[in-house]
Amino acid sequence: MINKEFFFKGFKSILAPDSPALALGCCFIAIGALLKNLGFNIQESIFSTMLTYALPGSLVMAESLLVGASLLNIFLAVWFVNARLYPMAVSLFPLMMHKSQPKWKYYFSCHFIAVSAWLIMKSNYKSVDKKHRIDFWIGIGCATWTTAVIATFIGFYASDYLDKNMMIGLAILNPIYFLCMMVGAMKTIQIGASVILGLLLGPIFYFFSPEWSILLGGLIGGTIAYFIGELNVN
Amino acid sequence: MSTSVVLAILVTSLATFSSRLLGVISSKGIKETSKLFRWFNCLAYSTLAALIARTIIFPVGALSDATYTSRILVVLFCLFIFFISKRNFVYPTVISAIMMAILSNYI
Repeated sequence: MINKEFFFKGFKSILAPDSPALALGCCFIAIGALLKNLGFNIQESIFSTMLTYALPGSLVMAESLLVGASLLNIFLAVWFVNARLYPMAVSLFPLMMHKSQPKWKYYFSCHFIAVSAWLIMKSNYKSVDKKHRIDFWIGIGCATWTTAVIATFIGFYASDYLDKNMMIGLAILNPIYFLCMMVGAMKTIQIGASVILGLLLGPIFYFFSPEWSILLGGLIGGTIAYFIGELNVN
Repeated sequence: MSTSVVLAILVTSLATFSSRLLGVISSKGIKETSKLFRWFNCLAYSTLAALIARTIIFPVGALSDATYTSRILVVLFCLFIFFISKRNFVYPTVISAIMMAILSNYI
């Protein structure tokens, strides 16, 4: 079963002074308010955050519903936006896989892959023995997921008191927090080049294909950065 | 709950979970010291950076009501705060919300 010591160690990591809990919470408050304004009821709003737990995907779903898109269109639009979760998973789970741990933990905990939890784990995994990293990760995931669900609840009921300017203020929190975290993570040439190229290529590819811009920007930027790093090492 | 909304949520969660699950399945057999792992690490950071840039420059939702000027001003000022505060994440994050709410009222 799950090791309680490492689970709670991971759970408590969102209480750190530089934790993304504040930014994450504020963004899901904005999502809760947005979903209410779109006509979702409280059950649907909570259900959406619990099952999806990915901010851009929820936004895309909400916008697609607003314009009357079909279910297939919603699936494809969300898949394109959330396909970033695939390389995030591949670059995280090998750090946590241990032969003594049951496989269900990995399949269950992959639901927690989101930018906030991923960045916390990437910053802290070295401080935890590999055997217990999956329990630590489940703790982080449960904490960030719970924060998102509670914030959606608050946002839903606070929406009547949030004016347009406050909603805009809440919406900028998450990108600014993640931008600072990404800039803070630029400690090697490979990561630095990946972040800079991603920031440049993402918007450039948007002019050619809005749906593919994130994937193409990430794939091409990341591949160039990988070769820059490998050449530098050699 | 209306059926269409519930179905949309289920479809959204399926599209999201499929990427996560495929990632875990692909992770088997990849060593953390391998070149493949390093490549995926670069892809993950680059994709996230592309997403952040797109969220700021071509936003959806409430942020799309703010002007380009106000968004760029907030980003530059918050990066400045991040560096002068010795890479503290909290100050620029809190300042960004306050600054954006004020600027969106005037710009």
